[in-house]
Amino acid sequence: MTWVWEHLGDIGGYAVSHALLAGIPLIVGLAIALPLGWLARRFPRAAPVVVGGSGLLYTIPSLALFILMPLVLGSRILDAINVYVAMTIYTVALLVRSVVDALGSVPESTALAATAMGYRRLGRALAVELPLAVPVLASGLRVAAVSNVSIVSVASLIGYPQLGYYLTDGYQRSFPLEIGVGIVGCVLLALLFDLTIRVGERLLTPWAHADTRREGRPSEGLVAR
Amino acid sequence: MIIQIWQWLTAPEQWTGSRGIPTRLLEHLGFSALSLVLAAAIAIPLGLWSGHTGRGRAVVTGANAARAVPSLGLLFAVAMFVGPRISSNLAFVIPSVVVLVLLAIPPLLSGADSGVRSVDPAVRDAAYGMGMTGPEVLRQVELPCALPLLLSGVRAATLQVIATATIAAAVSLGGLGRYLIDGLAVNDYAQMAGGALLVAALALGVDGLLALTQGLLVSPGLTSRPSRPWRRSPSHSRHGKFPRSGGVAGGRGRVLAPAALTTHGRDLT
Repeated sequence: MTWVWEHLGDIGGYAVSHALLAGIPLIVGLAIALPLGWLARRFPRAAPVVVGGSGLLYTIPSLALFILMPLVLGSRILDAINVYVAMTIYTVALLVRSVVDALGSVPESTALAATAMGYRRLGRALAVELPLAVPVLASGLRVAAVSNVSIVSVASLIGYPQLGYYLTDGYQRSFPLEIGVGIVGCVLLALLFDLTIRVGERLLTPWAHADTRREGRPSEGLVAR
Repeated sequence: MIIQIWQWLTAPEQWTGSRGIPTRLLEHLGFSALSLVLAAAIAIPLGLWSGHTGRGRAVVTGANAARAVPSLGLLFAVAMFVGPRISSNLAFVIPSVVVLVLLAIPPLLSGADSGVRSVDPAVRDAAYGMGMTGPEVLRQVELPCALPLLLSGVRAATLQVIATATIAAAVSLGGLGRYLIDGLAVNDYAQMAGGALLVAALALGVDGLLALTQGLLVSPGLTSRPSRPWRRSPSHSRHGKFPRSGGVAGGRGRVLAPAALTTHGRDLT
């Protein structure tokens, strides 16, 4: 255990870079997936191409994608940009489907009511459909977050420093404790992401947790799932 | 760079011998198939049982939670503990296969379980009402109705296994991952990228085949029924040979797995 205390600073540093490598692509990926998913619902003919195409990207194994990135980006093999872009691709691949499902979870009557109140298509999407889609969207985001944290550790095989370093280094040195630190660190980080998204979802959907005693259950129709 | 990769891919020595692409490909497919069969033998009966009886849900939930463990960590941990305890030349193979089986179980389990659970209760009641026994209902009604989700689980597990088998080259397993790891060790980018292209092509090809199989196996009656809101989205109608019945609740959509199961099932590597 003393090893852990002695290396606490390093572990913290690796945890931060791990969180960045997994977290930044999550945010960028969400920003890309939202308009793509909206377009897929807006133009149903394009939906199979958008959803299926992004799904195909997810089938590419992570180690292969990391290695192929320099070929696409023209970067050097050890550039961190490879990992950021690859993780963003995976995030988009997972989230486009989630966005489509999430927007689909908005009750049609609600969307029609918004139109009747004078919302244009874009305004309706942003002000009415997007907030109501948050629960389904958040569950997709949680899957992507846990997936990202795990995939990022694979990058240690190529030599990007993050918590995965303890896995490869521990294996090479036959040092179980170090592997344990890597695994526990990854799991804790995944839990932290999960928790953050849950809290964010709760803050963004106050109606889903409204005090139901006062007026019976006024918001049931709004709870997307 | 692309020229070098092409030269590597087309060099004659790459296509013969025990280090050639055909051998590596067969190794990769062999390990993956073995692991999937073992995992399916464990997980699918268990998932069907838990979906049918409603018991053992804790196992399914637990298996899903275990997905947060990074596959690379699991691989190294098992290789370190199991490897030295096996003296034969299987010492490199068994730990990897154990890990591949462990990683394939959660998607298979939750696919089978949620597949059976998602069967319309009215359909199940009708089957019992017709005098079917529990096992008959499971085999003749619940299993066919569970196929879309079950097969999504199989696809997710397959991708997971193919991807992790690639990484398992780091603990000395054969297969296409060798090119990635060996190329890295000697700083030979052409070999790494060539191997990576092969791995990507393999994953895409296998997934495409499974998607076709899924389209053939799933009853057309399941693919065009009006369905719940999240299925209503006009999503994902690639593959599938049956004429769409259109018009039913935007019914172009096939019966889709809940998001958590299709692409999402494969959450690691």
